[in-house]
Amino acid sequence: MGAVNTAHAGHDHHHHHEESWVSKYIFSHDHKMISKQFLITAIFMACVAVIMSIIFRLQLAYPGEGFAFTNFFLGDKWGKDGILDPNMYLALVTIHGTIMVFFVLTGGLSGTFANLLIPLQVGARDMASGFINMLSYWFFFLSSVVMLSSLFVEGGPASAGWTVYPPLSALPQSIPGSGAGMTLWLVSMALFIASSLMGGLNYVVTILNLRTKGMRMTRLPLTMWAIFITAVLGVLSFPVLLSAALLLILDRSLGTSFFLSDIHIAGEALDHVGGSPILFQHLFWFLGHPEVYIVLLPALGITSEIISTNARKPIFGYRAMIGSILAIGFLSFIVWGHHMFLTGMNPFLGSVFVFTTLLIAIPSAVKVFNYITTLWKGNIIFTPAMLFSIGLVATFIAGGLTGIILADSALDINIHDTYFVVAHFHIVMGMSAIFGMFAGIYHWFPKMYGKMMNTKLGYAHFWLTFVCAFGVFFPMHFVGLAGAPRRYYQYTEFPMFNGVTDLNVLITVFAIIGGLAQVIFIYNFFYSVYRGPKAVQNPWRSNTLEWTTPVEHLHGNWPGAIPEVHRWPYDYSKPGKAEDFVPQTVPIEAGEEEH
Amino acid sequence: MMTLLIVLVVVLGVMAVAQLARVYELTAKLRGKREEDITDSDNRMNARLMWLFCVAYFGFFIWLLVRYNDRMLPVSASEHGVWTDQLLDVNWYILFIVFFITNILLFYFAGRYVYDRNRRALWQPHNNKLELLWTIVPAVVLIGIIIYGLTIWNRITSPASPDAMVVEVYAKQFDWTARYPGADGIMGATDYRLINDQNPLGIVTPASIATRLDELAAEREAILKDIAQNEQVMPPAKLAESRKRVERIERTSARIIRLRTEMEQDIAMNKETSPYAHGEDDIVVKEFHLPIRKEVKMLIRSRDVIHSAYIPHLRAQMNAVPGMTTTFNMVPTITTDSMRTVMNDPAFEFILLCNKICGASHYNMQMALVVEPENAYNDWLAQQKPFQAAPEPAAPSAMTTTATEAPVTTN
Repeated sequence: MGAVNTAHAGHDHHHHHEESWVSKYIFSHDHKMISKQFLITAIFMACVAVIMSIIFRLQLAYPGEGFAFTNFFLGDKWGKDGILDPNMYLALVTIHGTIMVFFVLTGGLSGTFANLLIPLQVGARDMASGFINMLSYWFFFLSSVVMLSSLFVEGGPASAGWTVYPPLSALPQSIPGSGAGMTLWLVSMALFIASSLMGGLNYVVTILNLRTKGMRMTRLPLTMWAIFITAVLGVLSFPVLLSAALLLILDRSLGTSFFLSDIHIAGEALDHVGGSPILFQHLFWFLGHPEVYIVLLPALGITSEIISTNARKPIFGYRAMIGSILAIGFLSFIVWGHHMFLTGMNPFLGSVFVFTTLLIAIPSAVKVFNYITTLWKGNIIFTPAMLFSIGLVATFIAGGLTGIILADSALDINIHDTYFVVAHFHIVMGMSAIFGMFAGIYHWFPKMYGKMMNTKLGYAHFWLTFVCAFGVFFPMHFVGLAGAPRRYYQYTEFPMFNGVTDLNVLITVFAIIGGLAQVIFIYNFFYSVYRGPKAVQNPWRSNTLEWTTPVEHLHGNWPGAIPEVHRWPYDYSKPGKAEDFVPQTVPIEAGEEEH
Repeated sequence: MMTLLIVLVVVLGVMAVAQLARVYELTAKLRGKREEDITDSDNRMNARLMWLFCVAYFGFFIWLLVRYNDRMLPVSASEHGVWTDQLLDVNWYILFIVFFITNILLFYFAGRYVYDRNRRALWQPHNNKLELLWTIVPAVVLIGIIIYGLTIWNRITSPASPDAMVVEVYAKQFDWTARYPGADGIMGATDYRLINDQNPLGIVTPASIATRLDELAAEREAILKDIAQNEQVMPPAKLAESRKRVERIERTSARIIRLRTEMEQDIAMNKETSPYAHGEDDIVVKEFHLPIRKEVKMLIRSRDVIHSAYIPHLRAQMNAVPGMTTTFNMVPTITTDSMRTVMNDPAFEFILLCNKICGASHYNMQMALVVEPENAYNDWLAQQKPFQAAPEPAAPSAMTTTATEAPVTTN
């Protein structure tokens, strides 16, 4: 493999060093190739997770009915006669959540766009360390393989929910998935955390140290700011999850009692005394809550970029946007307890977490209003990327508002762990982030592959996905307000939930249509990679630096010197300019105000 | 066959869409249009769809509100539930206003300011007054929400009054057990090592300690005998397992003996105030009854994994965490009978259900809660048998015999 530091290759564009197929496509140090690797892996993982969700949605809508679909994927062991096994149901929700949160929306979203955009948008030849960057992908890949392999062990994969609370996750006596499946889950997460830390450190260092001349922090595109803060959050919080995972491994294998105490299970009193399951929750959510913003911030950053470009209007309140990213990032570290109001935590501590949590609504509101104002009197071009960005703002509003309900501990008593929560986080974090990811893919596809994706298919994909997203997750609020708990295999055991059966059918129908709509995307994506029309250098007439690089990828990104930056990236429709955009590389004219 | 057909239809559908897109692509090429150029008609179509979506979105929302209003939880059957329902309503009114305003603005602007090559977007990088406005207004509203919410939260979580009745709700995979303190009004102490079929909650009494020690001794004997007889033919793994089990039984027994000493000392020292002196008359039942309009302090415990005691109709919920006791205080205000009338459903029951993933049968871990007038409740309670008969003179003798037999490996 080419251990040559590719970061310097571009200094001399006459120097063509031949690369082997392996060093170009497999163990590549080039950030653009690594970003594609992340994206393709994430797309594959997302498909797995979507299929899982269809299987358990079928069970929820038609409990006890057999489906060939279920049997096809799960076989006779877990899907006899097409009926989903209750343990496998829990395993599917667990792995669906794990894959979506970590592998798609963390690894996939940050991995793809941080890698692609950081060097291109700050004006660097490559990441600070191409080698660590490569390792970051391959740890991610290994971690994905381990996670998928856990689907095939005897007792089934981890089934204690994606939050893997002990004792359920610690004791195989309590659920079969807590045997080998849980061990693999922990191994996979350890690899994932290593990957995420290597990536994160690289992102932080590159943004801080490798900006081109003139690229002050206050001239960074908002995508960069969002990814920067995301990386800082990840570097600070993922180690805590790693420590929780290590302690859990000790409890599971070496008989320690960090999280276990006074347990009588399977007819036997265990030796563990003195531990606290609540300690695990504190450690888990100390990562878990920042994780929400690790997922969301890059999507918001991408959206800021795309909305401004396609509204042909500067993003409204650039500094306020940076300020709100910083505020959200800071606050995200002191709100984790709102996941634990009902664990027996001191009610006063609960009050503190109510306060800090509701504060997050302020920077979030600022962001929403700034997006809306950016659209006002804009000149909006509806590219598929723009549609997904507007979609993100809509889901961010809907999901953010229900967050205000959930943050209120007194209200949380009755909706905690119900479908209301499922609705809330799928809309605000799942849909918003995935919309941001789609927006990013449509927008930067020409940069990644030098080809254009089909716009019409993009429209069909967006509108179907948008309608189905609300069709699936909006009715879930009502299921939750009827008191229906999440992670129930079926609701037929309770007469009081008979009223929500038809809602569950409605949700499942939308979920299936929404899932199928993704086939359009997959087709469009892969078709365009090979057969799409060739892209021009700056198809969206955008200001940011990445569009000054040639369409054909080359190591070092720019054939000559790295361009110098003279202005912020949002000079759209600036008065006195001939074009409605002014790239960052254009010097400020005499008498021109910066912005 | 049906599946095959569906798959076929889907595949054909995707292919048709793809082909259609190809045709567009080719004709666009002929006209010299590039993929990134969005035509005016495409822009207008999407702009209109934005408006249409907004209408459909609100329509769907209102339809759900109207259609499913009666499927939501009915009026709260507890005192604090009325407060939280009010709090929820106030929150909803505020959020609905914000929801409609922001969405209308978003979708209206998106559709209204569609691209026009003869027009330029407004140059407006920032406006400090506006930004200050929408920082301060949400802040003020949120402070209101926080103060109101925390007031209610503090009222709900404030300590129970001294004359509140106490009931324990005990969780295990996958059922609930209730415990009432019995005639003395005090819950007996518990220890998870004493759990067996007769003592599902591990209540500490001299008799339950004696029985448990006997049981463990017998189990140990049986395993040792099995090992002695079959050591040659036993698979090594099974042998190791048996030996480990014997060790665990010895450790457990040692702990129980230590517990017995503690119990005896505590009873000797504190007499009637010792928590160990109140176990026998506790009432352990698989039914859950509460009197109406009486403050109840629920003690919530778990034997194995985390569960959550959730009574939706009473707006009550608290996790059951192994190794600790959590509490929830409430005052039931509607009887099961009245609720049946309200709901017009003679089979209606208040349900205590598990709301924290706990294993395969999580979805069916439930117990009915009967809220009834105080006299009916008292009648029901009087019919329940205490956990153990009052201590007979025989009990201490049983204790001493086991003491000699017990395999003592105390450290």
